[in-house]
Amino acid sequence: MDNQFLVTSSPHVRSEFRIERIMLDVVIALIPALIAGTIFFGIRALMLTIISVATAVLTEYVIEVLTHKEITIDDFSAVVTGMLVAFNVPPTVPWWIPAVGSFFAIAIVKMCFGGIGNNFVNPALAARAFLLASWPVQMTTWTTPGAVDGVSSATPLAILKGSEAVGAQLPSLWSMFVGNIGGTIGETSALALLIGAAYLLYRRVINLRIPLSFIITVGVITWIFGPNGLFTGQFMYHILGGGLILGAFFMATDYPTSPVTPLGQIIMGIGCGLLTSVIRLWGGYPEGVSYSILIMNMVTPLIDRYTMPKVFGTGEVKKVA
Amino acid sequence: MCAQILTFKGGVHPHYNKELTNRLPIERMPVPDEVVIPLSQHTGAPCEPIVKAGDEVKLGQKIGEAKGFVSVPVHSSVSGKVKAVEPRMHPSGRFVNSVVIENDHLDTLDESVKPKGDLEDLSADDIKNIIKEAGIAGMGGAAFPTHVKLSPPPDKSVDTVIINGAECEPYLTCDHRLMVEHPEMIVFGLRAILKALGVKRGYIAIEINKPDAIEAMEKAASGIDGVEVVRLATKYPQGGEKQLIKAVTGREVPSGGLPADVGVVVDNVGTSHAIARAIKEGMPLVERIVTVTGQAVKNPKNLLVRIGTMLKDLVEYCGGFNGEPGKLITGGPMMGITQFTLELPVIKGTSGILILPEELTKPEKIRPCTRCAKCVDVCPMNLMPLFISAYALNNDFNTAEKYHALDCIECGSCSYICPCNRPLVESIRLAKREILAKRRKQA
Ligand code: SF4
Ligand code: SF4
Repeated sequence: MDNQFLVTSSPHVRSEFRIERIMLDVVIALIPALIAGTIFFGIRALMLTIISVATAVLTEYVIEVLTHKEITIDDFSAVVTGMLVAFNVPPTVPWWIPAVGSFFAIAIVKMCFGGIGNNFVNPALAARAFLLASWPVQMTTWTTPGAVDGVSSATPLAILKGSEAVGAQLPSLWSMFVGNIGGTIGETSALALLIGAAYLLYRRVINLRIPLSFIITVGVITWIFGPNGLFTGQFMYHILGGGLILGAFFMATDYPTSPVTPLGQIIMGIGCGLLTSVIRLWGGYPEGVSYSILIMNMVTPLIDRYTMPKVFGTGEVKKVA
Repeated sequence: MCAQILTFKGGVHPHYNKELTNRLPIERMPVPDEVVIPLSQHTGAPCEPIVKAGDEVKLGQKIGEAKGFVSVPVHSSVSGKVKAVEPRMHPSGRFVNSVVIENDHLDTLDESVKPKGDLEDLSADDIKNIIKEAGIAGMGGAAFPTHVKLSPPPDKSVDTVIINGAECEPYLTCDHRLMVEHPEMIVFGLRAILKALGVKRGYIAIEINKPDAIEAMEKAASGIDGVEVVRLATKYPQGGEKQLIKAVTGREVPSGGLPADVGVVVDNVGTSHAIARAIKEGMPLVERIVTVTGQAVKNPKNLLVRIGTMLKDLVEYCGGFNGEPGKLITGGPMMGITQFTLELPVIKGTSGILILPEELTKPEKIRPCTRCAKCVDVCPMNLMPLFISAYALNNDFNTAEKYHALDCIECGSCSYICPCNRPLVESIRLAKREILAKRRKQA
């Protein structure tokens, strides 16, 4: 018997969790929403997503080659970022908008801070904010599904806010749930997003702390502060409309930019919910999900610091019976 | 008996792989021609040898005398002739003074090996003395001298004893088989422990993945006052002392404290069995059950082995390797220690020999932490492994200490779950060492 044994530190077995598998799961979970977006907005939605993903992956690869860093595109996180950037733009934008967005997300937000795990805000959302500030017209031109060429329309939240032409009709809740409404490529179908979210929960990629506290907070606040006095809000429209489902399950849960402590995750969700509601009800935008997540991203280190879990055995000592 | 299933917060569910050996009865392994008995097999001061080369020794004869209170003597596991007293390689990775004995295969018993009388007639001090003289140290792995545990300081009032039959380490089945095959001995040992401590309540705690052990133990314990079998969820590290106490009694051992601080003493089933033998037969701890297992072992087995038998002999007895071996581990896959050689003796704390095949031990890429929080979710001590590890790797041990590095029980759950393959426990262990070294310097 020879003595060629490997000597390492314990433990000697590992779980099946691998970061590349987790990121692949996120990609898989986003596919129903991509299919829904393609059905409602046409093949253009799919093309924009492909352009966005390709730009994201290529940008990461080129930067890593140029800076002589380890190539990390095999962890699929750039694919996820690319998909999320595309999901956050309207289906009518010119093709270069998601490309610029993905380049910005990877080159500026992710790589400048040292790659995965070090960026302090969600790259896709930072890209959305950047695009919105730079090309406001293109980024807020909405169409109703099936009418991509030209006819612009209002999103349900804009109608709710009354900032669009008088007479615009709110779509039925069912249309909103299925996704037959105006909006960005990825946020249109709550149903498709929830299917993906269920998959992520089943695979234990995410837990419910952030999404649930986020959605419940938005629901409660928008219900209480309704347009016709207290407790008259159409909270279901707020939950199903806009990017809430997409944001709550797929972006607020982004690992590097959300808290790691259980309590911190709930605070993150509630914080996002409060900010979203405030922006939607009293702010200048009909939307609010992206900005609130970005703001909470920035206080994440602080939340982690102040929500350290109570270490086993540091509480009150239970007296011997 | 309550059928409630008890557990703790956190933890992981590794593949157990117990089916390799959990149905195989304990097999007595032939005694080798030579044994190597280290004079340090427990936590605490090593023994002084009391034999020299050329001496004749008998089975059960004391060959090493305990030095100090936190120490236990060592006995010969065969009869024969002492060949040498010299430093030999020990499973801890160091050279340790050891007694090498040539076996005459007669198993001539030492005069001291005789029954110690009825448990009813023994006083608490008698029992503790028998346990100490029999060289009994915890057989779950840590090998802390048992009589020390049974002598808590007078200001700690112990009211509960827990016999740890969780066996939460994957692969290992030595405790499982012992419970199935010798349940009365374990109950007898528990009664002796209760009497030594003057305690009325004893639990035997077993994970529910061992229904046959639960059944056997319940049968053996039925009708015995104050003794109860409790069911534990199958989850790692359910058998960790603090997690076990929390699950069974609801009490939390304070940070930096001992089980006795919450009135509990925990002993492993193997220890309880050894105590029973020491009282009933007068036989000191000279043999133990070792699970030889892993996909890279041809015929995995549960073996009753004399202390001092070489790992090589055990593996040979099990048919040798199956395919290309990758890692040799003493203990289980979560907390066991890798060894680079089979030329090592079985000692009192050797619960298993695990040989993993090469394909299961390929080193994997370490990636940067993504802050996925999985390590935080699984840590049974409620620590934040990602931060302690990051500070430790940055040589910032003061901050690591503020994040409670010293509370880590080194269970490995965090490293097990980390999707980025971070060396979490490894770096936390380093931080603990540095922090303790600094404290010693300041003291
Ligand atoms: S499990 Fe690994 S990747 Fe996840 S937070 Fe902990 S150290 Fe980081
Ligand atoms: S930090 Fe320590 S106690 Fe917590 S999971 Fe890791 S090894 Fe176990």
